[in-house]
Amino acid sequence: MQRPRPLSPHLQIYKPMLTMMMSIVHRVTGAALYFGMLLLAWWLIAAAAGPNAYANVEWFMGSLIGQLVLFGYTWALLHHMLGGIRHLIWDTIHGFEPAERELLTLATLIGSIALTLILWVVGYLVMGGPR
Amino acid sequence: MVEFTLPKNSKITEGKTWPRTQHATHVSEFRIYRWNPDDGQNPSVDTYYVDRDDCGPMVLDALIWIKNNVDPTLTFRRSCREGVCGSCAMNIDGTNTLACTKAIDEARAPVRIYPLPHQPVVKDLVPDLNNFYAQYASIEPWLQTTTPAPEKEWKQSYADRAKLDGMYECILCACCSTSCPSYWWNSDRYLGPAALLQANRWVQDSRDEATGARLDNLEDPFRLYRCHTIMNCSKACPKGLNPAKEIAELKKALVDRQL
Repeated sequence: MQRPRPLSPHLQIYKPMLTMMMSIVHRVTGAALYFGMLLLAWWLIAAAAGPNAYANVEWFMGSLIGQLVLFGYTWALLHHMLGGIRHLIWDTIHGFEPAERELLTLATLIGSIALTLILWVVGYLVMGGPR
Repeated sequence: MVEFTLPKNSKITEGKTWPRTQHATHVSEFRIYRWNPDDGQNPSVDTYYVDRDDCGPMVLDALIWIKNNVDPTLTFRRSCREGVCGSCAMNIDGTNTLACTKAIDEARAPVRIYPLPHQPVVKDLVPDLNNFYAQYASIEPWLQTTTPAPEKEWKQSYADRAKLDGMYECILCACCSTSCPSYWWNSDRYLGPAALLQANRWVQDSRDEATGARLDNLEDPFRLYRCHTIMNCSKACPKGLNPAKEIAELKKALVDRQL
């Protein structure tokens, strides 16, 4: 009888392509947003529940870990949003030529990092950071 | 289904290093995937040294040189040696391409060669492409009409004929489909870039009268919509075609007919 055929290697050997890696990042940020929504829900519920519950949220969001989580959530949200816009452009059959598709993909990466930094810098300047 | 690691019988082991030829001055190193269905072993990666002064410039030349001079058991498909037949499609230096149109000097040294990714291996660099061909057949790649055949031929304007440019050139080498992570995880239900490019080739053909049925066949969460515009297909195509764009056209055609 014929021995079962092996499966040829795939992820292990394929060269990491920018568009492929950013597709993976789009998935990962999309999944991360579920946890971000939990944070948002916790914040809203606490606001409705009263000052004590809200103080807990404020304490966590103001701590170093809380700030890091919020920073990551901001980036994931912006990156996923820009990725969504990129997919909308592709849905209209634009941006498929070799240089265009690389540029679009790079733009979502640089754009999301830049927007996150701008948002946080402005946030700290206007609101004076966590209280 | 998504699986990031290889099954047990597919794990790659260290292979044999074949001897260099004596007195060769200009030598290139090749690491090539081997699997023999007859010896009961797991796949391995063998190391070969090619005398570049005695060998042509392309990766296919090197494979033939190895087969002639070092190891006659090395198995691979090849035919036209000029990028027309699509037989020598394989993964070279991390991307899928044709061995006959890829220059050895274009690849990083040592040149790593694997069969087309995520396919059952028949032997060495020869993958089993039966599923790929069956998917091509499933899109019914022939002219379908209901009106009586004209006396001479089905006529087409120059402009309508030009719509097939960028699609009719496809040689079905499977470089694109086997480069696609979506196809790796769902090749049982997702048609993959090659079959979808061919599907669009018939959807766009002004002479074809089965456009509605063709689109019906594609309106499926898996067959068409497993494409997530990852773009590996368009980057891999050795003919410079753009399967990702053709798939986007199919998605748009499905939306357009709803409006």
